[in-house]
Amino acid sequence: MKSVNNLEEIRKIIGRHKRWDLIFMIAGIFALMIAVLTFMALFAHMLIDGMPRLSWDFFTSFPSRRPESAGILSAWVGTTLVMLVTAVSAVPLGIGSGIYLEEYAPKNLITEIIEINVTNLAGVPSIIYGLLALGLFVYQLGFGQSVLAAGLALALLILPVVIVATREAIRSIPVTIREGAYALGATKWQTVSDHLLPYSSAGILTGIIIGLARAIGETAPIITIGALTFIAFLPPSPVKNEFPYVSFEWLTAPFTVMPIQMFNWVSRPEEAFQLNAAAAGLVLVVMTLAMNGLAIYLRYRMRKNIKW
Amino acid sequence: MAEESHNKIAHAGKLGYSFRRNLHERFIEALLFLSAALSVAIMLAIIVMLVKESIVFFQHVSIWEFLTDTQWTPLFDDAHYGILPLIAGTIVSSFIALLVALPLGTIIAIYLSEFAPFTVREIAKPFLELLGGIPTVVYGYFALLFVTPLLQMIFPELPGFSLLSAGLVMGIMIIPYVSSMTEDAMRAVPMNLREGSYAMGATRFQTAIRVVMPAAFSGIAAAYILGISRAVGETMVVAIAAGMQPNLTWNPMEPAATITAYIVQVSLGDLPHGSIGYQTIFAAGLTLLILTLVFNIIGHVLRKRYREIY
Repeated sequence: MKSVNNLEEIRKIIGRHKRWDLIFMIAGIFALMIAVLTFMALFAHMLIDGMPRLSWDFFTSFPSRRPESAGILSAWVGTTLVMLVTAVSAVPLGIGSGIYLEEYAPKNLITEIIEINVTNLAGVPSIIYGLLALGLFVYQLGFGQSVLAAGLALALLILPVVIVATREAIRSIPVTIREGAYALGATKWQTVSDHLLPYSSAGILTGIIIGLARAIGETAPIITIGALTFIAFLPPSPVKNEFPYVSFEWLTAPFTVMPIQMFNWVSRPEEAFQLNAAAAGLVLVVMTLAMNGLAIYLRYRMRKNIKW
Repeated sequence: MAEESHNKIAHAGKLGYSFRRNLHERFIEALLFLSAALSVAIMLAIIVMLVKESIVFFQHVSIWEFLTDTQWTPLFDDAHYGILPLIAGTIVSSFIALLVALPLGTIIAIYLSEFAPFTVREIAKPFLELLGGIPTVVYGYFALLFVTPLLQMIFPELPGFSLLSAGLVMGIMIIPYVSSMTEDAMRAVPMNLREGSYAMGATRFQTAIRVVMPAAFSGIAAAYILGISRAVGETMVVAIAAGMQPNLTWNPMEPAATITAYIVQVSLGDLPHGSIGYQTIFAAGLTLLILTLVFNIIGHVLRKRYREIY
């Protein structure tokens, strides 16, 4: 290495290194700006195109051949029902497996296989879940292209999200809480249900919201199960006038959901339909942003409030 | 005295070994185990379903033809079943996406982990997370109706559907994914390595590039590989913005279909259950699953490694 004696030279070298520091800092801000600007462009583009279409009628009309009278009634009702099925099936299963893996699982081969599996499931492309649902739910089990099949497909998709969130929330509870419960003679399940679950509920809830936000926007698996894209009717109502007042007919009804409706409009050549797509996209983005934002806020509050 | 011993027995009954309580506990444990084991069942179901339909497909079409034929036209009268055009489309669109996502994601990660002041990080991280939560169909819309016209101003010969615009948008879409994992890996590097570097008079940039990044290497590699897997499996952006015509090309300025886009295209029509067209999407799905599983497994092995070192 060349020896540096002269003070001036040392200053020059330091100056050069500092310049690199500055250049990189600008590059970092620039890269972040690209992400921010893209988001702004996306949002502004949809807002300009979609805003004029957003009216009360847009939410209360069925899709139609005439773009100016088309709406998203069947789409948002479908999304609500599908999400209901997804939440009801994914939440208990996800929390259950999270608890098992974190609290009950012995350290053995089976546990390891399950754990590797959960990480692998999280990386499986969503369209593959669609193929599974097509083969298994639609044909093998005979659910058809129904709300039930779609809801279950999305439930499988978000299961890893709920499992991971549950595990992380439970793991962050200090072991002293468990020891305290056991010292008082509580059984394992009593410890879990009376202490661990309530204390980790905010974290689990965050995971559930993020999972559902993802499921709301998922398009590929629902296309794959062959869900019709033109649905101008509502599924049968879950509430009935006569006994037993509740009906599950809607589970087997054909349906459409928000992202499918949007995809349908995007892929049409007429510009008027693309304005509808922008409006539907706006609704969809606002919904997912609101859900994700809520999750982030919950997590932020949790970090601030809980100090074990 | 008698009363006392009576109390003792009552306590023993409540706190000692109780058959019913034990049974209850066992029952719950079994229930929890079943829900955990379900994830394995799902994985098996995916594999069985894809393999089962693919076997029928491969009785019709030889694996050799599947891997070497240069045309993919299963729905035409003159049917060809060569997966190459779909693989080429997948590689080109993923390559463009990674060209965008890996450098930008890495720079953002280094900036957030080593340079950014606390407040910037506190704002930027949730923002990136929100960006990652936007539905892919919306990104597809954006690629088709905003990015493509924009690119057409620069390249007037660009067609309405192209791998280029789909790939670019896909790249921006996976930036948050890559950057958050890369940042996690870099933050897992212990502080004393950085302090040592600073004590030697290194600048932040030198510390980041020469100390933190090598130390976080396996974690960063994992982030990249999981990013690749994400790009390969992405569906809606390419289905909307790249067109759905299988086309054996390496030119990003042309429209082409990826594996995922082909599955979407078939699913949009109504193919009878059990037909060869129906089986093709399972064969394509199996190819996709194998590709992504390989990437995922490598990624997770690498991720585990960096967690173990520190």
